[in-house]
Amino acid sequence: MNRFAELLDRLVLTPSRNGKLTLLTDYFRSVEDPDRGLALAAITGDLSIAAVKPAMLRTLVVERMDPVLFGYSYDYVGDLAETVSLVWPQSPLDIANHAPTLAEVVAKLQAASRSDGPQVLARLLDSASTSARFAIIKLVTGGLRIGVSARLAKQALADFGKVDIAEIEELWHGLTPPYAALFAWLEGKAEKPRKTALALFRPVMLSNAVGDGDLEKLDPADYAAEWKWDGIRVQAVCEGGIRRLYSRTGDDVSGAFPDLAEAMDFSGALDGELLVGDPRQATGTFSDLQQRLNRKSVSPKIQQQYPAFMRCYDALQIGDEDVRGLPFRERRGRLEAFVRTLDPSRFDLSPLVEFTTWQALEELRRKPLHPVIEGVMLKRWDSPYVAGRPKGPWFKWKRDPHTVDAVLMYAQRGHGKRSSFYSDYTFGVWSGPEGSEELVPVGKAYFGFTDEELRQIDKYVRDNTIERFGPVRSVRADRRHGLVLEVAFEGLNRSTRHKSGVAMRFPRISRLRWDKPAAEADRIETLQALLDS
Amino acid sequence: MRASDLLHPRPEGLYCPPGDFFIDPVRPVNRALITHGHSDHARSGHRSVMATQQTLDIMGLRYGEGFAGTTQAAVLGETIALGGVAVSFHPAGHVLGSAQIKVAHQGTCIVASGDYKRQKDATCEPFEPLKCDVFITEATFGLPVFHHPPDSEEIARLLKSTEQFPERTHLVGAYALGKAQRVMRLLRDVGYEKPIYIHGALAKLSEYYQSQGIDLGTLEPATVETGQKGDFAGAIVIGPPSAFADRWARRFPDPMSCFASGWMRIRQRAKQGGVELPLIISDHSDWDELTATIKETGAEEIWVTHGREEALVRWCELEGIAARPLHLVGYEDEGD
Repeated sequence: MNRFAELLDRLVLTPSRNGKLTLLTDYFRSVEDPDRGLALAAITGDLSIAAVKPAMLRTLVVERMDPVLFGYSYDYVGDLAETVSLVWPQSPLDIANHAPTLAEVVAKLQAASRSDGPQVLARLLDSASTSARFAIIKLVTGGLRIGVSARLAKQALADFGKVDIAEIEELWHGLTPPYAALFAWLEGKAEKPRKTALALFRPVMLSNAVGDGDLEKLDPADYAAEWKWDGIRVQAVCEGGIRRLYSRTGDDVSGAFPDLAEAMDFSGALDGELLVGDPRQATGTFSDLQQRLNRKSVSPKIQQQYPAFMRCYDALQIGDEDVRGLPFRERRGRLEAFVRTLDPSRFDLSPLVEFTTWQALEELRRKPLHPVIEGVMLKRWDSPYVAGRPKGPWFKWKRDPHTVDAVLMYAQRGHGKRSSFYSDYTFGVWSGPEGSEELVPVGKAYFGFTDEELRQIDKYVRDNTIERFGPVRSVRADRRHGLVLEVAFEGLNRSTRHKSGVAMRFPRISRLRWDKPAAEADRIETLQALLDS
Repeated sequence: MRASDLLHPRPEGLYCPPGDFFIDPVRPVNRALITHGHSDHARSGHRSVMATQQTLDIMGLRYGEGFAGTTQAAVLGETIALGGVAVSFHPAGHVLGSAQIKVAHQGTCIVASGDYKRQKDATCEPFEPLKCDVFITEATFGLPVFHHPPDSEEIARLLKSTEQFPERTHLVGAYALGKAQRVMRLLRDVGYEKPIYIHGALAKLSEYYQSQGIDLGTLEPATVETGQKGDFAGAIVIGPPSAFADRWARRFPDPMSCFASGWMRIRQRAKQGGVELPLIISDHSDWDELTATIKETGAEEIWVTHGREEALVRWCELEGIAARPLHLVGYEDEGD
C-alpha cells in the first residue's frame, strides 16, 4: 500500500508526461502481482469499490478527535480527504504490526457491506501510514485525480513491455483486474493473452496534418476527400449481442450516450464521428455537442434536446468479416451498403467531397458548408485500415486557425525545463466604452513560441511585473503599455465560467507583436462576432 | 511575582522589566537576548547582545562584525544574573547555536523556547526539556495535520528520485541557515559521497558549520564555470528556495524542483509552489512534539507564539492547562 501511496504522491506533482511514464513503469517493474494490477485498475478507473460519502468520512474522524481541532485543520488544508489522512489518530503499534498491501486493502473494501463499510474503512486507516491513508480515502471516495489518463497508463504498460500501445488497447477490454496474464506477457513470461471477450476495441487509424509541399507530390486521383467533422471520434462495436461505444483511445463511453448505444442494433465495427442533432435535418455545433460531454449521467431532457448520432466513415468489421485489410475503396462500398440498413436518425454516412485538383479542394476547404466542419480529410483509395499514424494513407487538412491580437496580462512559471521561465500566459482583449477600455482575459496559452521568444517574453515579464501572487505575476498592461500577442485558436465556445463569456479552443501564441501598440489589440466584440457566426 | 510582570510582549518584542532586556526583539533595543540566528529572531543594531557563541558567530557572518554594540557569549547551562533576574541558555535543537532562554525571578520561572524541534539532528545540540511555571512555545506547525516523518525516509525518497531520473538535476530548496546543512549531513549519513553543489548564499554558513566540527563532505559551488551544463545531470544542488524561480536555475538540465520544509506536508502547498518532490524535513516541532513537550515541561501555563496559536491553545484547554496566545509580531519563520 505504501508503494502505491508513494506513486500517487509523486504522480500528482509530476507535470511532465515522460516523468509520469517513468514513475509508472518503475512501479510496474518493482511491485509484484496482484498489487501492481490493482494499482493499474485504480488509475484506469476499472477498480470497483463501494463508495464512502465525504460526510461519512467526517463523521468517522470527529468520533476520534476534537471537532474544533478538526475544524481548524480542515480550514487550513482545504481538502477533506487530505485533512482526514493527516489528522487521523494512530497508535505507533498499529503501524509496526503490519502495513497492509494494496491487495489486502482492496479485498477488505470489496468485501464490506454498505452497513459495515465505514467501520472497515476506519480499521484500515488505523493500520496505515499517513500517505497510505490518503490513498485509501481516494480509493473509497472515487476519482484519484492524479493527472493520469487511462491512455497514459496504457502507454506506460507498452513502454514497460516494449510493445506497441495498439496491442494493449486491442486487448484491454477483454482483461480484468489484477491483469496477471497481461503483466506476465509484458515481462516475457507468458504468451500474449488471447482475445476471448466480445465487442473489443480496435486500435484506430490516425492521420497526419498536411505539411508544406506534401500535396505537390501526391496525385489527387489517388485520394478520396471527406469533410473533417468537429465532433468526437468514436468506434461502435456490436458482437454477439454486446454493444460498446469506444472513444479513440479505447475508453468505453457507452454510458454517456445511451441513446446512441440503444440504436446500435447490428453486427460489426464502425469508425466515425459522434455529433449531436438529427442527421436527416441538422447537425449541431460543437457547443451543442459539449452539452453531452463530461457528464456522469445524462438526463432524458438533455438526450432529447441534443440527441447523439454517428456519422460513419469507415467499416472495420461487417458481420463476422474483418474488413480492415481491404482497400479503402472497397471498405467504403461495404460501409455505404451497411449504413443504409441502420436507424437513419442515429447513423449516417460521411459524404465524399468531389474534387479533381488540389486547388479546387483548397477552395472547398476554405469555405466549408457547415460550421462544424473543420477542414477536409484525405484518404488513399487503396489503403488498408491500419492502427496508429502511418505517414501517407490519411491526411487531415484543417481550416486555417482564427487569430486575435491580445495583450499579455498574467504570466505563470512553468515546470521542469521551464521552471525558471514565465511560460504560461493569460491574455486579454479590450472591452468597455471608448475612453474607459479595460482588458478582459480571454484565454491562456503556453506554447507556440520558440525558445528564443520564450526568453524574450520571460525578460519582458520580469521587467514589467506589477504584482506577484505565488508563481503568478501580473504584468503591466494598459492602453499605452503592453505586449501584444497574436493568438491562434481553433474555435470559440460560449462560456459562463469566464468573465469574457468566451472560451478558446486550442489557443497558442502564433506571433509576438512587439511592433503593435497595446491600444490597437482586438476588442471583445471581434470574438463575439465569431461566436454568432 | 506574577509571570506577566516577569515577561510580557511589547512592540519591540518580549520584555523583562526587572532585568531590563528583550528576548528576540524585532527592533533595535538596549539589551537583547537572542535564541538563534534566523533573521526574524536575530536582527542587527542592538546596543548589546547576549547569545550562544555560535549564534553570535552566525550573526557576525550575516550582518558583519559591527552588528551590535557589545556582545556577550552565554554558555549553555550557566546562569547569569541580569538585574537580579537569573538567566540561562539551554539547547533548543532548532539549528546550530539555538537555545531556549530560561528566566527566573522571585520564585517564578519562565522558559522561552524560541524555535525548537525534538527530532534528532546531527547538526545541533538536542533539545533539553526544562521544568518551569510558564512555557512559551512556538506554534509554527501547531495544527494536528502536521506530522514530520523521520528525516531518513525523506532523504531516501530524494536519493531514489535521483536514481529514477538520472538525467535531471535535483534542486533542493532549503533555508541557508540550518536546513541546508542538515540536508547535507543527512545525505552523508546515508552514504552519499558525491560532491554536493551549493548556491553562493550557502557558502559562508556551510563553511562555518564545517569549522564547528560538523562534517558536510565535499561541497562545490554550483557555477557553470566549474564545468559544462551537462555536468549537473543527476547531481544534487542545494540552494535557498527563492533562487529556484530565478534565472540562476537555468544552468541546470531539466531541473527537478525539491523543497525541504515542514510545509511540504500539505500537497496543495507543494503544488502551488511548483514543487515536484516535496521533502518533509522541518527544524520546527510537529504537533505531537509540541504537545508532548508542553506536558514534559510541567508548566501550569502556556503562552503560544508565532504560528497557529488557536489550535494549540484549544488543545491546552482540553488538557486543562491554562494557555493564551502572545500575539508577538514580526516573526516570519525563516527557518522552514
